[in-house]
Amino acid sequence: MATVSYKDACRVYPGADHPAVNNLNLDIGDGEFMVLVGPSGCGKSTSLRMLAGLEEVNSGQIMIGERDVTDLPPKDRDIAMVFQNYALYPHMTVADNMGFALKMAGVPKADRDKRVQEAAKLLGLEEFLSRKPKALSGGQRQRVAMGRAIVRQPQVFLMDEPLSNLDAKLRVSTRTQIAALQTRLGVTTVYVTHDQVEAMTMGDRVAVMKDGILQQVDSPLTLYDAPDNLFVAGFIGSPAMNLMTGSIVDGGVKIGDYTMPVARDVLAKAEGEDQLIVGIRPENFVVAEQGISLDVDVVEELGADGYIYGSLAGLPADEKLTAQQIVARVSARKPPQRGSVVRLNAADPSSVHIFSKKTELRIS
Amino acid sequence: MPRFLASRPDSRLIPLPWQTPLAQWPVENLVALPRGISRHVVRFIKVGSSVYAAKEVIEHLAMHEYQMLTNLHRLDTPAVEPLAVVTDRVAEDGEPLDPILITRHLEFSLPYRSLFDHGVRPDTVTRLVDAMVVLLARLHLVGFVWGDVSLSNVLFRRDAGEFAAYLVDAETAEMHEELTDGQRENDLQVASVNLYGEFCDLEAGGMLDPSLHPMALVDSIMVRYHELWAELTGVEEFPGSEVARIENRVRRLNAMGFDVAEMDLQTTPDGSHIRIQPKVVDAGHHSRLLLRLTGLDTEENQARRLLNDMMTFRWRTGQQHVDEAVVAHQWLTECFQPVVNAVPAELRGKRDAAQIFHEVLDYRWYQAQRESREVPLMEAAEGYINDVLRSLPDERRNLTMVPPHPDERQLANPFDPSQGFADDEDGPPPVDPWEAEADDAADAGVLDIAALRAKAKGHSA
Ligand SMILES: Nc1ncnc2c1ncn2[C@@H]1O[C@H](COP(=O)(O)OP(=O)(O)OP(=O)(O)O)[C@@H](O)[C@H]1O
Ligand SMILES: Nc1ncnc2c1ncn2[C@@H]1O[C@H](COP(=O)(O)OP(=O)(O)O)[C@@H](O)[C@H]1O
Ligand SMILES: [Mg+2]
Repeated sequence: MATVSYKDACRVYPGADHPAVNNLNLDIGDGEFMVLVGPSGCGKSTSLRMLAGLEEVNSGQIMIGERDVTDLPPKDRDIAMVFQNYALYPHMTVADNMGFALKMAGVPKADRDKRVQEAAKLLGLEEFLSRKPKALSGGQRQRVAMGRAIVRQPQVFLMDEPLSNLDAKLRVSTRTQIAALQTRLGVTTVYVTHDQVEAMTMGDRVAVMKDGILQQVDSPLTLYDAPDNLFVAGFIGSPAMNLMTGSIVDGGVKIGDYTMPVARDVLAKAEGEDQLIVGIRPENFVVAEQGISLDVDVVEELGADGYIYGSLAGLPADEKLTAQQIVARVSARKPPQRGSVVRLNAADPSSVHIFSKKTELRIS
Repeated sequence: MPRFLASRPDSRLIPLPWQTPLAQWPVENLVALPRGISRHVVRFIKVGSSVYAAKEVIEHLAMHEYQMLTNLHRLDTPAVEPLAVVTDRVAEDGEPLDPILITRHLEFSLPYRSLFDHGVRPDTVTRLVDAMVVLLARLHLVGFVWGDVSLSNVLFRRDAGEFAAYLVDAETAEMHEELTDGQRENDLQVASVNLYGEFCDLEAGGMLDPSLHPMALVDSIMVRYHELWAELTGVEEFPGSEVARIENRVRRLNAMGFDVAEMDLQTTPDGSHIRIQPKVVDAGHHSRLLLRLTGLDTEENQARRLLNDMMTFRWRTGQQHVDEAVVAHQWLTECFQPVVNAVPAELRGKRDAAQIFHEVLDYRWYQAQRESREVPLMEAAEGYINDVLRSLPDERRNLTMVPPHPDERQLANPFDPSQGFADDEDGPPPVDPWEAEADDAADAGVLDIAALRAKAKGHSA
């Protein structure tokens, strides 16, 4: 039972010219599953280690519940760090493999057994407790590893890329299991990953970081439907949002030969700018009479849907090579042909995002 | 077609069965050498007359590990040598296979499990722990956070009376200009949990001497690491009248096998005290010196022993004023090489040359004590070869350990100790409903936004 807050928390590595974590303000609710996501080097692990007490906080504060833990040593914080690596020990039973860290922490045997039993029940591993781990499948091993963390019954779980060394299939099943377990246990969890799909499918809320700065923290759907800035817009979603630069003209933004209508009050917010960036997700495009014209380079059919990839039509050959690729989802029943030119428009005006080129903020 | 990423391509790799998952490689390509436990499929493979270690691992980790090991090599830090990453593997049925990282099998290396299989004296365990601490400190000195410190991820080599530790697994590592205390502490926490688990596992397998306790061993690692780190990097302050303490610090570090390449020296504002702190320390004080003098490339304690013998030789032959390099050459041709050449070819796989020389010196010392006389070097060498070396196991590739002695427990899979012993059979596995559920997994890389919306609706309804 605990909330976690970062208050203006900073970490500058010795010799570095800018902070690895820059004035982080983040409030994590009791029992919440918070995911920190961002490209490599953005400061996720540093943030997590600051919370764990393994990285000095140069300024600001960190609270767990009502306690200011900024200067507390790791062992006094009542957190459990789940490491990326786990090994199962071949001579120990599954029960001992789950409980050995408790033994290390000096928890009495009876209590240990009880906690292991409870965790095993939660993980569907009761039948395996007295066995050796050698015959366990990859998924079962992963559950034993989760059991190791669960038996510690901390106030907060900290997980740093726990799935990064799993193959794709195991990663998918394990992320569902971790998220479901976390919901059942209700233990506040801070989870770090560089993988936005993992972040979006697991988190109650997701905090997107870049260059040490928190960009946006919101529920996955809000991040997806209302990204605050260009970075979040491009980072969240796969395939990614199309971000197209166009010139401001009367009544809209001109992309290629088409003027995408944009409300006056939105255009008014871009005073003094000549260009804006229009963002449309691939699934929000429809093939229409009027719209952005696209040279179709590749058509990919996947079941009921397909994707077309191409670039703005009418570009000179030399620009075409470096032109940004545009992706649109289309119905696979009647997909456009490779080499053809199609016009694409937004299915719904609310799915058109307008960003200032100067501030990179969303103004629509 | 598989692709080979390598700094020095080895054409002998090309004909290997890359289209087969590593776990199913034909026995004729494999060598069953002792090794540590692992989550990935790891096999030792025969390539011409060499033995390589192959690990099947997802692409970004294979590349990262290759890079990290390459960096460590460049920095002359003990780690296995990366040779190649084989990517674009496709099985015969068209399914893509994970890449394989190839490293050179470290000759004369002793994974901890093979040491423990034969019973280990308590003081040997302490030495192993010491070697591991030195390795960890060396890695931290060059800015390497390991992330996965464990006995399984270390290989030991004999180093005179001690051990030298080498890093094997760099998947989780990161490198920075300089590490923070928190990053080093993180490694120590990982180390304590992993080593505790590994010692408990040895205990459960009946391989840990009953006088040793996992917790005490783990605690001693922490204490020793902090002591070593303080000596390597700590600030020392003393009155200006005790300048000799600067020299003392350097000597202490040299004795521990480190050179001080840069020392920060300041006087306190009032001028009464001096403050010193080593800024750049390099391991390998003795081994570098020996290499320079003789061209012999040895472990640190072996080098120390050989250099001591060289000094004794200089003194005994009355050459105190002769140039060091000249004496070194004489010692090499008159002492070291004759001993090494006396070892019959078939016994050379048992110990490396420097270790044999060290053991001969020990043998001679004991014989001299016993018989109260000077024992000539070559006489001791003959005695050692016949009384000791002949009966030792082959450690270059540890071949005598496979197959195991009849009274030893047999591994379930001779190529993979992670699967435990053959005789702890558990019967058929219980049904596991979670497994069945896990099968209809979606594509890991695609964000299923429709499912997310449905989930969110479900929550608010
Ligand atoms: N080059 C080598 N020379 C000798 N032994 C090696 C070499 N490479 C690997 N090994 C042995 O194989 C074992 C497993 O290798 P490694 O640790 O890389 O696998 P892993 O699956 O990544 O392990 P982990 O589960 O710790 O991540 C090591 O403990 C070591 O004994
Ligand atoms: N010891 C260090 N010294 C200097 N810079 C560091 C150190 N450790 C990490 N960094 C830098 O701090 C930044 C944030 O790192 P990290 O928190 O590990 O990011 P992430 O987990 O998002 O990949 C990176 O630019 C990284 O290179
Ligand atoms: Mg390993």
